Amino acid sequence: MSATSLVTFSNVSRFYGEVLGINRVNLAIPPGITSLVGPNGSGKTTLMNLMSGLLRPTQGEIRVLGVSPNNPERLGRVLGYCTQFDSYPKGLTGWQFIHSFLLLHGMSDAECRQRTTAALERVNMMEAAHRPVAAYSKGMRQRAKLAQAIAHDPQVLVLDEPLNGLDPMARAETIALFREWGERGRHVIVSSHILHEVDRISDQVILLSHGYVVAEGQIQGVRSEVKEQPMQILVRCDRPFDLAARLFQQSHVVEAKIHGDGRNLLLRTKDADSFYLLLNRVVLDTGLEVESVAPADDDVNSVYQYLIGGEGGTV
Amino acid sequence: MSGVWLRQLMAVLRLEWKKTLLSRRGWWIYLLAAGPVVITLLHWLIEVQHPVSMSRHSLGDDSTGYAAMFLLFYLRGAIFFGCVGIFNALFRGEMLEKTLHYYYLTPMRRELLVVGKYLAGLGTALILFVGSAALSFLFIGRHFGAAYSDYIWHGPGLSQLGWYCLTAALACAGYGAVFLMCGLRYGNPMIPAAVVFVWEGINPFLPSVLQKISVVHYLKGLIPVEVPVPPPLNVMVVDTDATPAWLAIFGLLAVTVLLLAYSAMTAREGEISYGE
Repeated sequence: MSATSLVTFSNVSRFYGEVLGINRVNLAIPPGITSLVGPNGSGKTTLMNLMSGLLRPTQGEIRVLGVSPNNPERLGRVLGYCTQFDSYPKGLTGWQFIHSFLLLHGMSDAECRQRTTAALERVNMMEAAHRPVAAYSKGMRQRAKLAQAIAHDPQVLVLDEPLNGLDPMARAETIALFREWGERGRHVIVSSHILHEVDRISDQVILLSHGYVVAEGQIQGVRSEVKEQPMQILVRCDRPFDLAARLFQQSHVVEAKIHGDGRNLLLRTKDADSFYLLLNRVVLDTGLEVESVAPADDDVNSVYQYLIGGEGGTV
Repeated sequence: MSGVWLRQLMAVLRLEWKKTLLSRRGWWIYLLAAGPVVITLLHWLIEVQHPVSMSRHSLGDDSTGYAAMFLLFYLRGAIFFGCVGIFNALFRGEMLEKTLHYYYLTPMRRELLVVGKYLAGLGTALILFVGSAALSFLFIGRHFGAAYSDYIWHGPGLSQLGWYCLTAALACAGYGAVFLMCGLRYGNPMIPAAVVFVWEGINPFLPSVLQKISVVHYLKGLIPVEVPVPPPLNVMVVDTDATPAWLAIFGLLAVTVLLLAYSAMTAREGEISYGE
């Protein structure tokens, strides 16, 4: 993949005086939905502010689709950033808010009007478009901010806690928007503390802790790299007790528990491949009827707990 | 200037215009600008009750009184503090309200943003203070009736009005550039504003070389009517050679441009940290 289609960080550090923001970060973020996950103070917002040019790195180099954040004239055309700040220019309606800042892009008034309407329709805010932003609910303000970030149709959309304050319906619509954006081959870089939603929407995750990138990639791949934590696998079958008895003879199986209605067996193994081979053998030897086999801890939440949870505080 | 730059500049002006001219927070600036107008209007209304022959002062007294008010109230007070309020808020106000990032995330040259915001602030300052100075000039001698009309249209009045307006405009431009820079450069721009205020205030008592490092020194030289310094201050004032008007005007404009260039560089290199 060429550098002009990636968001890259090369040995990037950022210090606030003597306080570490992020340290020696190397990333190459491909198109699709990428989630930044980490506890408060782990460096998520710093990373986003750096790629959007609001902050400058103490050292290292950043490129957004080949554009340096030191070049706002070009960066502003390819990047849209929905920050965490719940603040808006005073005295503007939602429509004026988006239209006014589109005009700063240098587009014609007619184009700005058309884009403003399209962006507000996209976040389902046309009905409230001509009300002052100050009179909006938190969820509406969040959607107005999102509309402002997407109005110029950027290739890279950076979103800091975009689901905050949204009701379930708006949340579903917003997630659908991210998916659509990602499927169009664009970058959606999102930080969220709602891990199960991150899990549902992300093509890849970047786990951060204390300013360091702890892990990055597709979540299943990240999980398989966490060798010291045995994999959890849930097997639903007709004779879980028989299966558990066979499994206990294996040294790689650490734990096996019968779950739920008595047909579920949850096991923890240090060697998932050996387990799958053994399961095949048991099925052939004993005629065990297996309904489903699924990893139980290759989600963001589990990986987060394994890599950060013990030390990291809250997400 | 390319079409895109022009459109961007107009967009900044459009966005800033409402904020700087029609701001509820700026009520005290309107009060500063309206104060002398109200006082001179009252002066006219009170004096018009008496026949001209009974007037306790002459047209010359009003002219000198106006010059003193212009120097002491407008230049040293109203325009100075008005510019602190208007121009500091252009960037520092956005920082405090956490809205500056909306500007910085657009594909606009930061230099152009600085110029756009400065012009919006300057427009507001000119309307308020040049307008106020002109109105109060027209009101102060109005009670002399035809004599004052003669003074304006056939005497030195119109030329004096032009100089007062020009001086007020240059003050807005110069102080505006100073305080725009302070708002961009300093976390608390009120500290440098206070330093500038003290420096400008003690200016007449400084050695002549130091007097030249100030805005008010050049502005004072443009005032068309000399303002006498009352005793005992007159013995402490250090007399300096007046700077030629053309040099004062171009010097102030040059300093304004330099300060704006420095502000543009600061904005270009600047980061946004709202202290969180």
